[in-house]
Amino acid sequence: MAQTETVQPKEALPVRAWNWLTETQIWTSIFRHAAPINDRNRVLVMLSNVFLHLHPVRLKKHGVRLRYTWCMGGLSFFLFLVLTFTGLLLMFYYRPTLEYAYSDIVGLREHVPLGIMREMHRWGAHAMVITVWLHMFRVFMTGSYKPPREFNWNVGVIMLVLTLLLSFTGYLLPWDQLAIWAITVGANMARATPFLGHEGPGAALLTLGDVQLIHAADDARFALLGGTFVGEGALLRFYVLHCVALPLVIGFLMAVHFWRVRKDGGISGPL
Amino acid sequence: MELIKTFINLFADPRLFFIMSVLALVAIVWKREAFSRNSVGYGLLAFLGVFFAFGLFDENFRLIIVKPDNVPIVALIFLVVFFTWYAVREGVRNDQRIAAGDDPIEKEESDRVWVWPDLVYTELISLILCTAVLIVWSVGLEAPLEQPANPANTPNPSKAPWYFLGLQEMLVYFDPWLAGVVLPSLIIVGLMAIPYIDTNPKGNGYYTFRERRVEITIFLFGFLVLWSSLIVLGTFLRGPNWNFFGPFEYWDIHKLEPLTNVQLSDFIWVRMLGQPLPENWFVREVFGIVLTLGYVAVLPPLMARMFRRYYEKLGATRFYVTAMLLLMMLSLPVKMLTRWIFNLKYVVSIPEYFFNI
Ligand code: HEM
Repeated sequence: MAQTETVQPKEALPVRAWNWLTETQIWTSIFRHAAPINDRNRVLVMLSNVFLHLHPVRLKKHGVRLRYTWCMGGLSFFLFLVLTFTGLLLMFYYRPTLEYAYSDIVGLREHVPLGIMREMHRWGAHAMVITVWLHMFRVFMTGSYKPPREFNWNVGVIMLVLTLLLSFTGYLLPWDQLAIWAITVGANMARATPFLGHEGPGAALLTLGDVQLIHAADDARFALLGGTFVGEGALLRFYVLHCVALPLVIGFLMAVHFWRVRKDGGISGPL
Repeated sequence: MELIKTFINLFADPRLFFIMSVLALVAIVWKREAFSRNSVGYGLLAFLGVFFAFGLFDENFRLIIVKPDNVPIVALIFLVVFFTWYAVREGVRNDQRIAAGDDPIEKEESDRVWVWPDLVYTELISLILCTAVLIVWSVGLEAPLEQPANPANTPNPSKAPWYFLGLQEMLVYFDPWLAGVVLPSLIIVGLMAIPYIDTNPKGNGYYTFRERRVEITIFLFGFLVLWSSLIVLGTFLRGPNWNFFGPFEYWDIHKLEPLTNVQLSDFIWVRMLGQPLPENWFVREVFGIVLTLGYVAVLPPLMARMFRRYYEKLGATRFYVTAMLLLMMLSLPVKMLTRWIFNLKYVVSIPEYFFNI
């Protein structure tokens, strides 16, 4: 009688390769725990990954569903990241001066292979305006601004304004007819700011002796444009606001916003 | 075909457009149970789809909607319609559950699930879909680039970026200091004030309509009628010289609209009292000033009297802030109506101080 021997079936090559890979020192130095296929590792993955730790470990079921959040806040954030990335690429090509601005955009269109960076940036910006509106609409319709989330709603409103301002400042940069006239129409409003615009009500009252304090060359529009019309000064100002100042501020506020979503008890739900 | 177009053009008019959007809102709020049926929601989307598809065959209409920067607004129309319908439907569903003695759906679903995989995967899929849409859109539609900037050559019409067209539309009715500075600031202030003036503890964290009827109606009025629909109007229906054009109408630069607007001071001194306009601006404008003061200073206490219940519930400060914000919000439709009915240009007009209301 022959001895029966139990033969372990050999694992398939990809499985063995995977097992080997996940045991190397390099892999284990990056991923501190095995794949999140059991509860312990599902906790660990949320706690040890810097990106995922924006989330809690567990969440009420309704808050996970698209039905409730429409994922609009998440998409706004994602679009912001896309815009940051594509914007960075655009900055390699674009110079904010009267001499180069327009021709750099033409160059982007004609010489950069597969150049859809400008399209991604522009359409992404339009899309972000829309997602932020819809996000606000969702937050209103679920009553999520009610206590304890009043403050976070306010952070949101400021980010909504900043989103529009980012879009507005970016609109000027291609320096074509569309750009300067849209900005001219917008900026002309500032001329009529009460007290601070030279055609605004009350500005005429601000005098020192018989010197007018507010005139075309120092009013609110001048501060916005760095000049009395949309020219070199405006281009530089809008460029700096668009590429540096506003993204920094809105990024900072997003950190506050997400932190507060967590601290206010996670996604809202019935009490 | 041509007949339908002529018919639609005939009815396209800023007055009708605005009144129809108000009526649509009234219908949504009033008949919300019917509105929230699936057939209505998908029917509306299908109707819009057919309308735009039909419009594409018209050269004038096509010129406007395929203008690259207008494409997002076409998308916006679909999205706003869809999500309004969706939010109202979820609200109505919960209302029905509550009326039947059940909890809202959100309460039923308050057991906890793992963020990995339940949420992380949803996010990943949304993110991939969003990227895919963005890439297809970017490959398919080139970003616009017109002639180089030329300060000497003003395009007609010159339009602000699309998300500000609601504000630009207000310029028809108000001077820039109101339409471009004061009212936008008040929109921001008003939005920020919402959590502090709405003391209704109900409807926190779930969709509902009945428990927050008033708040939701006011918000929808602002969001749908005053903001979204004016953007649509400004984008698609305003042409050269900011004249109004039907969707299938050729944008004729020479279209003339009679300018017959009069000032309130003219109206009262010259037409009613048969006298020349007084020299002194204060005497000249005294009626308008009284009216304006009445609007902002006398109406709120009257409202407090009329809406005693709300006054007591909210307390004096909250009530007056709310009343002021509401009056400011309503100032636009009020001004529209007086313009349409009496051709009124300014209630108070003191060009000496750039002060026109
Ligand atoms: C720059 C744009 C914004 C980004 C990236 C953003 C992002 C987010 C995200 C990711 C969430 C988690 C839940 C969700 O996805 O719905 C959230 C929640 C929230 N957002 Fe925003 N948001 C933005 C603008 C706004 C605006 C404009 C408002 C209101 C005016 C707002 C008010 C809130 C509130 C109150 C919550 C808590 C909602 C809840 O707990 O149900 N946010 N936001």
